[in-house]
Amino acid sequence: MENRNGLAVQTAGLQHCYGQKRVLEDVSLQVKQGEIFGLLGPSGAGKTTLIKILTGQLKQESGTAEVFGKPSGKLTGQEHRDIGIMMDSFGLYERMNCIDNLKFFTMLSGIPKERGKDVLEKVGLWPARKTLVSRLSKGMRNRLLLARAFLGEPRLLFLDEPTSGLDPRTAAEIHELLLGERERGAAIFLTTHNMAEAGKLCDHVALLNEGRVVECGEPDEICRKYNHQKTLMLHLYNGRDLILGHDRSGLEEMMQYLERGELETIHSSEPDLETVFMELTGRGLN
Amino acid sequence: MNWPGELELLRGDFSRKRAGMLRHILSVLWKQGKDTLQNKEILIQFVMFPVITIIMENAIEIPGMPEHYFAMLFGAMYLGMAPLLCTSAILAEEKEKNTLRVLLMSNVRPGEYLAGVGIYVWCLCMAGAAVIGLAGGYRGSGFGNFMLIMGAGFLVSIIVGAAVGVFSRNQMMATSISMPVMLILSFLPMLAAFNESIAKLARITYSGQIHLLMGQVEKLHLSWGQTGILLLNLAAALLFFAAACRRSKRFAG
Ligand SMILES: Nc1ncnc2c1ncn2[C@@H]1O[C@H](COP(=O)(O)OP(=O)(O)OP(=O)(O)O)[C@@H](O)[C@H]1O
Ligand SMILES: [Mg+2]
Repeated sequence: MENRNGLAVQTAGLQHCYGQKRVLEDVSLQVKQGEIFGLLGPSGAGKTTLIKILTGQLKQESGTAEVFGKPSGKLTGQEHRDIGIMMDSFGLYERMNCIDNLKFFTMLSGIPKERGKDVLEKVGLWPARKTLVSRLSKGMRNRLLLARAFLGEPRLLFLDEPTSGLDPRTAAEIHELLLGERERGAAIFLTTHNMAEAGKLCDHVALLNEGRVVECGEPDEICRKYNHQKTLMLHLYNGRDLILGHDRSGLEEMMQYLERGELETIHSSEPDLETVFMELTGRGLN
Repeated sequence: MNWPGELELLRGDFSRKRAGMLRHILSVLWKQGKDTLQNKEILIQFVMFPVITIIMENAIEIPGMPEHYFAMLFGAMYLGMAPLLCTSAILAEEKEKNTLRVLLMSNVRPGEYLAGVGIYVWCLCMAGAAVIGLAGGYRGSGFGNFMLIMGAGFLVSIIVGAAVGVFSRNQMMATSISMPVMLILSFLPMLAAFNESIAKLARITYSGQIHLLMGQVEKLHLSWGQTGILLLNLAAALLFFAAACRRSKRFAG
C-alpha cells in the first residue's frame, strides 16, 4: 500500500491561502512508514491546515501532497480505511455514549465489534463507556477521539494535538500508546506545542513558523546543530558553576576538578528544541 | 483470459458493494435511533401532533363537524412540519458538528447517508400518523388509504427537509429556512376553510391536496389533476434538493 520508497506522507512545494492570507508556503516534508513525525509550531502556524490538506479535507493551492504515494485528494475507500484521523473538525455524536460512538464506526466499516472495547480500554475510557459524549471532560473527549482514530488499526495516523488538555500522567500513557502503534508499523503524523513531548516521542520533527518549515530533522540533531556555544557546564560541590570551552584547555581544567573530587555534575550546553525554536523565530511556542 | 472467472469476480465485487451499501444504511439507521432517543427537540415533533389529535378528538364535539375533522387538520400540519424540521435539523447538525465529514471519509456515500436518515424519519412519521389516523376514527381500508397518502406526503416533506439541511451551514440557518416553508405547508390547508383564494393556493401544494384526500379515504380516487399536482410537488422538491446539493458541492462543508 505504501509508496515504493516507503514514504507514508510526502509534500513538495505546498502552498495554501485562505483568501488573501498565505497560510502555508513552500512546505516540503517526508514521513516514512513506521516513524513518528512531529509538526511543531506556534498557534496559527498552519499545522491544522496542513493536516486538512493531507487528509483530503482541503485542496491545496499549489504543490503536491501525497499520502501512500497518491495525491491526498484522490485516495480510494481502502486507502481511507488505512488512515486514522484525530482532530477537532472530526466530530463525535454528542447525544450518544462513548461505546455507541465507536460501535457506530465499527458497524460502518465492518470492523469486529470487540475493537470498540479494545480501544476504549487502551485509552482508559472503559469505565466511562456509558457516559454521553456531551458530558465528557476535555481530556476524556480527546481520548475518545484518539480511540476512534485507532479503531481500524490504520497504517497512518494524523493526530492534531493528541495530548493537549491532558494531565502529565495521561499524556505519558498516550505516549506509550503511540509508541505501541509505531511498534505495529504505523506511521504517525502529529502536531504539538509541547517541545519536550516532541523531543521524547518523535523520530523526526519539523518546525513550522508562519507557514514555512524553518527546520527539519531528528530532534537531537537539530539541538546539536544549534549548539553554537560548544561549552561544558560544571557544577562543583562548593556550589560554584563554571562554564568551560569545548577545547583542550577546558578539558584539562575539568579533569583537575574531577581528580580533586570537587566536581558534582556536568551538563552539556545543547539547547533544547524550545530554545532552538526561539532562536529561529524570535518567539516561543505557546 | 478466463471470462467466466472474470465475471465471477465482477459479480463478487458488485455484491460486496451492495452489501457495503446496505451496511452503511443500516448503520446510519441504528445511529439515528440511538441519537434521537436523547434528542427531545426532535422527539417532541412526533409526540405532540398525535397527542393533540387524541385529546381534541375525544374532548371536543361540535354539532355538524365533518368526520375525521381533527385528524385531517393535525394530520396535515404534522405532514408539513415534523418530517421537514426533523430531516433538516439532523442534516444541519451533522454538518455543524463535523460528523458528516467523518462519515463521508469513512466511505459512506451521500446517497447512503440520506437514505438512512430518510428511512428513519419516514418510519417515525408513519408511527405518529398511525396514532393520528386511529384517533381520528379511520378504520379498515380507510385507515390503509390514510396511511398510504400520508406516507407519500412524508416522502415529499423529507425531500424538502433534506434540501433545507443540505443548503444550510448550521442548525440556526436550517431552522430559519424551515420555518416559513413549514408554515406555508401546514397552515394553508387549515386556512383554506376560511378563504376561497387561499383554498385555491392550498390546492396546488401537496399538503393541501393530501388534506383534501384525507376526507375521501373511504373511496379514494385520484383524479389526473390531483396526481399531476402531487407529482409536480415531488418534482419541485427534487429540484430544490438538486439545487441545494449543487450549491454546497462540497457536501461535507
Ligand atoms: N477556514 C479558515 N478561513 C480563513 N482562515 C483560516 C481558516 N482556518 C485557519 N485559518 C487561518 O490560517 C492560519 C493557520 O491556521 P491553523 O489552524 O492551521 O493553525 P494551527 O497551526 O493549527 O494553530 P493552533 O496551534 O492554534 O491549532 C491562521 O492564521 C488562521 O487564522
Ligand atoms: Mg491547530
